[in-house]
Amino acid sequence: MVRVIGFLVGLGFVFVLGFSLITGAINYVSNPPAETVEHEFHRHAHAPEGGFASDGPFGRFDRQQLQRGFQVFKEVCAACHSLQYVAFRNLTDLGFTEPEVDAIADQWQIQVPTVDPETGEETTRNAVAADRFPHVYPNETAGRAANNNAYPPDLSLITKAREGGAAYTYSLLTGYQDPPEDLPEANRPGTGLYYNPYFANLNLAMPPPLTADGQVTYADGTEATIDQMAEDVTAFLIWTAEPKLEARKSTGWAVLIFLVFATVLAWLAYQNVWRDQKH
Amino acid sequence: MSFPWAEQYKPTNPFMRWMDDRLPLPRLVYNAVGKGYPVPRNLNYFWNFGVLAGLFLVIQIVTGIVLAMHYAANSSIAFASVEHIMRDVNSGWLMRYVHANGASFFFIVVYIHIFRGLYYGSYKPPREMVWLLGLVIFLLMMATAFMGYVLPWGQMSYWGAQVITGLFEAIPLVGTTIKEWLLGGFAPDNAALNRFFSLHYLLPFVIAGVIILHIWALHLPGSSNPTGVDVKGPQDTVPFHPYYTAKDGFGVGVILILFAIMVFFLPNYLGHADNYIEANPLSTPAHIVPEWYFWPFYAILRAFTVDFILPAKLWGVVAMFGSILLLFFLPWLDKSPVRSGKYRPQFKIWFWVLVVDVLILGWCGGAPAEEPYVMISQLASMYYFAHFLIILPIISRTERPRPMPNSITEAVLGTDESAAQPAAAS
Amino acid sequence: MATVDTNDQAPGTEPEEDGVRRRDFLNIAAVSVAGVGGAVVLLPLINQMSPSADVLALSSIDVDLSAIEAGQAIKTTWRKQPLFVRHLTADEIAEADAVSLSELRDPQTLAERTAEGHKEWLITLAVCTHLGCIPLGAAQGENRGEYGGYFCPCHGSHYDTAARIRKGPAPTNLVVPEYEFTSDTTVTIG
Repeated sequence: MVRVIGFLVGLGFVFVLGFSLITGAINYVSNPPAETVEHEFHRHAHAPEGGFASDGPFGRFDRQQLQRGFQVFKEVCAACHSLQYVAFRNLTDLGFTEPEVDAIADQWQIQVPTVDPETGEETTRNAVAADRFPHVYPNETAGRAANNNAYPPDLSLITKAREGGAAYTYSLLTGYQDPPEDLPEANRPGTGLYYNPYFANLNLAMPPPLTADGQVTYADGTEATIDQMAEDVTAFLIWTAEPKLEARKSTGWAVLIFLVFATVLAWLAYQNVWRDQKH
Repeated sequence: MSFPWAEQYKPTNPFMRWMDDRLPLPRLVYNAVGKGYPVPRNLNYFWNFGVLAGLFLVIQIVTGIVLAMHYAANSSIAFASVEHIMRDVNSGWLMRYVHANGASFFFIVVYIHIFRGLYYGSYKPPREMVWLLGLVIFLLMMATAFMGYVLPWGQMSYWGAQVITGLFEAIPLVGTTIKEWLLGGFAPDNAALNRFFSLHYLLPFVIAGVIILHIWALHLPGSSNPTGVDVKGPQDTVPFHPYYTAKDGFGVGVILILFAIMVFFLPNYLGHADNYIEANPLSTPAHIVPEWYFWPFYAILRAFTVDFILPAKLWGVVAMFGSILLLFFLPWLDKSPVRSGKYRPQFKIWFWVLVVDVLILGWCGGAPAEEPYVMISQLASMYYFAHFLIILPIISRTERPRPMPNSITEAVLGTDESAAQPAAAS
Repeated sequence: MATVDTNDQAPGTEPEEDGVRRRDFLNIAAVSVAGVGGAVVLLPLINQMSPSADVLALSSIDVDLSAIEAGQAIKTTWRKQPLFVRHLTADEIAEADAVSLSELRDPQTLAERTAEGHKEWLITLAVCTHLGCIPLGAAQGENRGEYGGYFCPCHGSHYDTAARIRKGPAPTNLVVPEYEFTSDTTVTIG
């Protein structure tokens, strides 16, 4: 009985699926899906030459580079983008000393909202090391209003929150260009939009942030080319997204070495226990 | 329980004797995973995966309890509380990555465990109840995993909750009411998040309970084995301890090495970038897919594209749930008296087609809903249903099995020539 | 052995030959290494309950003393715990200094309990050392107890003007946190 019902149910599903398949196939042949313009012109993200210092199982952050990247973030990105999950105190990971971090927090361009203890009115104060980076805009609506209705995303997790990761961030920053000649009119950037083949729909609202070599002046004397700045700020954003990356990898090696040792021992014990038994 | 030649628990220590008279817990353990449980001597490495599934349940419960100490199930701060775990809590990043990847590994080992059962006929009499309870565990795991994925309240969490609860809308008449009841609202929000958290915490303990029943039901007839031949006498078995505890110890080591590689070096490989964006009810990600372990079922859901008497959406939902429900009937669909696929020449071929078919379904389920993936998933879904509902019942009647060994011992020692050779280790 | 009939001899029950020891050693080593691994895993599981980095980062505050008149006290919070900042009058200082140390349950002088050069500023946790209630005596008109300092209403502990325990169940004086004067009118606690 079960098998008869099962047989009929099976035939039913197969029939409906076959019907869907034939309908789909006819539709596919009579009306083949055209490649979209976005797909045709979109380019895949690529990492800078040589990759990032933090790549790979042995990758470590280059502290000097993170500090340069922080400088680019501070002088270029921070005007519009927040970094809400990162605290100033975390900057000690970049090799800044505590007094330096206190100074960075105290002089940060955006103040932290607070309540006046005397009057109870809303006001602002200078940031301290324990604060997270303050929001640029009080809320999303304000952010949209100030940016032609395109809300600048928070950058704390950006290198983990986009397909392609850090390579995408780097490619996007260096990928602004004039639209190609053969780009259809409908896909050309409108007012307030900029062509960038690494962006999913080819046109994005963020103006090119890195426009000229020497836009920031690095304290360590590194030449601030657009490519260098893009790479540095991306390295910084890898750190903001995954601050425990170095601890994770070094713990991982210790755990792996232990596990391999323990597993070899377990195998020997297993062979030992079974050596009188044929199986 | 099980075989008459099983070793009896005889405590020598006076305290253990006192304990045994009052609470025979050590006796229970002894008879379940100790010397008192005789196991076929010929189990291969595929029989490790039951214990490995238990291992990952323990890992998930331990790390889950730890994460719940820091996580806040409130839609306005849930995402930030996960970042708090990742950045500020001592070893919080480790707990979260172990928990996230632990879910994937739990499914990997359970899928291997299920396919082991399919190949070696572990669902056949007298072990039908073991199979049915296993399927209950699998369903509970799927519910737990789905609700757990909602908790970080990222974009995939939110839209996953929206899409999966939206499936219930396909039910005629009461669908919308059921969806709103599940969510406690018209869209996923705080009410949904809180109940998912509550249930996500509860269900693993229910799973642990059903696992006890699963093992209980297993221990009545005893473990199956690769030949599918019944245990005939003491020469066919070895005590679980130390033989299989030693083998499981080695298996645990191997899987933990693979697990550590994922957790420490590729922690986000199995996740989605979109889930690092906080949930936004006003913006859907371009490409919504569930976690990889749901992909085969997601492919079946999407394979139904045309209304035929019933709306396509309802067909998809019915087929998706049906694809799991039909497994409950498997012991009665495949009536072949031969358990092990090793001695079933036709079954063996179809079995491997099914494995490839499910992998193809998985691949299509993870791909965008465009051609040619839809057509491939339609073909693959057709085979999936045909395999269980049409092919298996037919071949279980028509197939001529290969000769089987008379006993496990004979299978272990092989034919006369090999038995004449000196045994390996002595 | 050519058959499998010897399976009733588990490794541990074999005759005492020198091979037995070596074989046991391998099994013991494997179990011990697994045990060590399990024990090490406990460390992060236990340590995750310690205060997290953001909690530790909030562990210092600045207090402005300029508005507190002699004889007044304020209550503020430090590390999520209440804190008393009291501006002692000359009489209160004299009263505290007059007490002989031998009378005290937890002998400390007022000078030891205040910063050098700022004897009039008594800064203590507002947490009774008995069972953690907040003593009265900071706000105007509250019961200051029999010794003119603080009085804990939960179980009747009396503290004097140097916040030392004088009567009642509390075992020690109110705790003085670490602090330093960054100017004459501001103090950094923690």
